Amino acid sequence: MIFAIIIGMSLATMIPRVIPAFIVDKLQFREWVNRWLNAIPYAALGALIFPGVTTVKPDEPHIGLIGGIVAIILAYIGLNVILVVIGAIAAVFLLSI
Amino acid sequence: MVSDAVKKRKTSASLHMIQKGIATGFPIMLGYLPIAVTYGVLAKQSGMTLTELTLMSVMVFAGASQFMGANMIAVGAGAVEIIIATFVLNFRHFVMSLAFMNRLRTVELKWKIPLTLGLTDETFAVSALHPEESKKEKGAYFYAALILTAYLSWIFGSFLGGVLGEVIPERLSQSMGIALYAMFIGLLVPSVKKELRVGLIAIVAMLINTLCIQLGMSTGWAIVLGTVLGGMSGIYLLKEERP
Repeated sequence: MIFAIIIGMSLATMIPRVIPAFIVDKLQFREWVNRWLNAIPYAALGALIFPGVTTVKPDEPHIGLIGGIVAIILAYIGLNVILVVIGAIAAVFLLSI
Repeated sequence: MVSDAVKKRKTSASLHMIQKGIATGFPIMLGYLPIAVTYGVLAKQSGMTLTELTLMSVMVFAGASQFMGANMIAVGAGAVEIIIATFVLNFRHFVMSLAFMNRLRTVELKWKIPLTLGLTDETFAVSALHPEESKKEKGAYFYAALILTAYLSWIFGSFLGGVLGEVIPERLSQSMGIALYAMFIGLLVPSVKKELRVGLIAIVAMLINTLCIQLGMSTGWAIVLGTVLGGMSGIYLLKEERP
């Protein structure tokens, strides 16, 4: 039963992912559509970050927010992504002690 | 002699791209490992076997939906329900894949297929911020190496979580929940520093996402709408960008 669920989940995930590989060659987008698609990465990052970041500790939304702010500061001063991740983990860990 | 030299140059170009891809994918690995371990622990607790939970990582490769799937299995939800919920939650990858493929038009189809199959929020975000590689020789190797780094660490982490079970203290694994968000922030901030309008696009998407959730929409659809409608602001905001 669980195997059937896994196969179903796999198809439900993989099919939407792979379709653009086949259709993109057949489509010629107008310039404004290209601008739309080029904005997708930034829009996706925005939508993935907030409000999700407030659910890191479901009952204490401020902890995730502070972790996020620490990440913003570390990234702003130009640290590598790896250090940003480690710094944010450390901040949340210290807050939850 | 000449063809030998050409071959050699091509091999070194591939090698260079692979190395660069692994290095660029390294932060994803760092973000994935703790999350994957947490998933492994959780999936084990919800009654999945080590084979099942690892196989799910191999075949689905989508963090949030795997957490959800393990949870729904634990509470005894039906297969159809779980599969539909997965589709809804992961439909955002269709939008991301379309944006990714539009940048990689010059890449051959035999590369496009595996690259889209390995597309997650994280591999997309990192790849999309390196569009220049797609125009270089052997550029596909760069994306393939990046995705493979992420994929293997996801599988390895899940397996490890299933084996370790409760060894990892809860407080530490919970703190690691911030890892992927921190990575998204770490990716977004440098782009915003370079081009402020990009930050505006992200904020519009955040607001739309928040609004959708307030209106009672599921997380999956809220992210899809936030991404698609938020991205629309780019039609105006990115006007001066050269193609």
